[in-house]
Amino acid sequence: MTAIDDLFRHLKAENKKAFMPFITAGDPHLGFTSKVLTKLASLGCSMAEVGIPYSDPIADGPVIQGSYTRALKNKIKLAEIFDCVSRLTADPAKPIASMPLVSMVSYAIIFRHGLEKYVDEAKVAGFSGAIVPDLLVEESDPLAKICRERDFNLIQLVTPTTPPERALKIAEQSSGFLYFVSVTGITGERTQLPPGLVDRVGWLRERTPLPICIGFGISIPEHVQLLAPVCDGLIVGSAIVRLLEKASENETDALDAMTKLVEQLMSSPGFSPP
Amino acid sequence: MSLTADPTTSEAPADHNVPDQHGRFGKFGGRFVPETLTRALDELVVEYDKAKRDPDFQAELNELLHRFVGRPSPLYHAARFSKQLGGAQIWLKREDLNHTGAHKINNTLGQALLTLRMKKTRVIAETGAGQHGVASATACAHFGLPCVVYMGAEDVRRQRPNVFSMRLLGAEVRPVESGSRTLRDAVNEAMRDWMSSVENTHYIIGSVIGPHPFPMMVRDFQSVIGKECREQCLSSFGRLPDTVVACVGGGSNAAGMFYPFVEDRTVRLVGVEAGGRGAAPGDHASPLTFGSPGVLHGSYSYVMQDEDGQTSDVHSMSAGLDYPGVGPEHSYWKDSHRVEYTSCRDDEALAAFDFLARNEGILTALETCHAVAKAAEIAKTMTPDQHLVICLSGRGDKDAAELARLRGQEW
Repeated sequence: MTAIDDLFRHLKAENKKAFMPFITAGDPHLGFTSKVLTKLASLGCSMAEVGIPYSDPIADGPVIQGSYTRALKNKIKLAEIFDCVSRLTADPAKPIASMPLVSMVSYAIIFRHGLEKYVDEAKVAGFSGAIVPDLLVEESDPLAKICRERDFNLIQLVTPTTPPERALKIAEQSSGFLYFVSVTGITGERTQLPPGLVDRVGWLRERTPLPICIGFGISIPEHVQLLAPVCDGLIVGSAIVRLLEKASENETDALDAMTKLVEQLMSSPGFSPP
Repeated sequence: MSLTADPTTSEAPADHNVPDQHGRFGKFGGRFVPETLTRALDELVVEYDKAKRDPDFQAELNELLHRFVGRPSPLYHAARFSKQLGGAQIWLKREDLNHTGAHKINNTLGQALLTLRMKKTRVIAETGAGQHGVASATACAHFGLPCVVYMGAEDVRRQRPNVFSMRLLGAEVRPVESGSRTLRDAVNEAMRDWMSSVENTHYIIGSVIGPHPFPMMVRDFQSVIGKECREQCLSSFGRLPDTVVACVGGGSNAAGMFYPFVEDRTVRLVGVEAGGRGAAPGDHASPLTFGSPGVLHGSYSYVMQDEDGQTSDVHSMSAGLDYPGVGPEHSYWKDSHRVEYTSCRDDEALAAFDFLARNEGILTALETCHAVAKAAEIAKTMTPDQHLVICLSGRGDKDAAELARLRGQEW
């Protein structure tokens, strides 16, 4: 049982939803990443997704791509990210120790690093799982096996173009939670979410015991209010990363802007600010 | 194919029956893309499989290749070139004489026909040298399909004539400013477009790269080169060639040329990568020579990456070879020792350009010049009763301005 499994058990018992921000490690530097994660924990976020910068992120829109480019410009290394996270999670008394962390990472990076080595090091650093957006269920056996053996969650994605039977197969191979991509496209804020999304998530939710979190395009309270009732958690990425972009000019302002957005989104019914 | 042969070991001889149903060439290939693209890729597998076995599809494609492209392209005996070198007889498979000036049109017509069969109404493509962009724009104009071509901003600069041609053909060229502003970034941007447009758009990948079924499908469409060449060798000099040489960026002209010869074990196959300024990291674009296996742009193949899996910067003066990855079948051929891979520096390729221009009256694409330079080296070690074929994949008109710039001459 990972910290993520534990989290969803508790949320379910309290009839609450998970709120999960995404941030990019090292944008613009890891010192700021530490501050952001600490802040998110103190705001009562259920989990945080930490993006590992990648040079060729084909699933990401301009905002997250830009954050990766800034981080890589400063020559950020995977070892430094693990080191930063492990220092944050070392003290069990701090709020961040009870906020599970998930890495969002390209399979190009995991493969080059070594599958076992990646999972071992990520786990030691304090990550509970990994979302690998370019690893399809057909290619996921080797990594899934290693994750199972090490009690590390492999979170896989279902999209609007995924046929129903395939969605069930993906759910079977996933652990922790299932990442439901709301739109056909890349990450990024959108004013409108596609019709039929609520029904599709509802259909799948009746057929899998796995918690379902929805991500891609969620940026305003209306989205949160619409989607929260049909899922177990929401992921907000680009809307947050765009505010943190300003950190290269003024870190305090960027942090304040992010705090305001997170508080606003989490004030919807179903979430639990402290 | 021997049933006991294990295609995953590097010792197993390469054979024809690749990839498997998962798109694996031995251990290479596969599919490493976001879930959003799976349905479109599965649909493409089914549609391509049907088309391949449909005589009407083949007849339509062959008719186009004959009357629109001008196939078969000649196999030309470069007698003066051969004599100057004093070694093997050199034969040029003249893909530069195809409509649009390169081999790329063989693939774009096939994929455009598939686009119509899949009832998709829009085409996107990436391009490096611009040859694939022009060939995509041409195929789309021919069939009345709207076409968007992504092209690195650096390549837009160094291949201006092709940018202009694409626009004349009605395509929209979108310069890509991210990353190294070359082919790799153009592929990223095209994939991103496809992520959002996959319901009505087909992505015509221009090389034997990307997720399954692209490496197989592009190879098949380009195999017309090797099939024709094999027959032309038999009718021109009564036997198979001793050596066949082609340049390798993503590797589509080489794959199309080599594939029909793979099981002819007496034929030596040589792929030539871009050696750029030299062997130092960042100075070349030779993943098969200097790289190692990893994941990039949807498949598992040799790639230039750092120890964290970040794609390394690469360099070649030729936009079409300036790419950090290579098609998975080439990785398979390398590890099974069926094809030898080597690299050729910018300056060697430039010298080959002049040599072929002045001795044979052919302006050759800078990409192709890499193959010409290495072929000349190899031919010198052979005897006049032996035969060497070069895949002359493209013509050099597009490079005139860039050549002038590289040499500090007026254009």
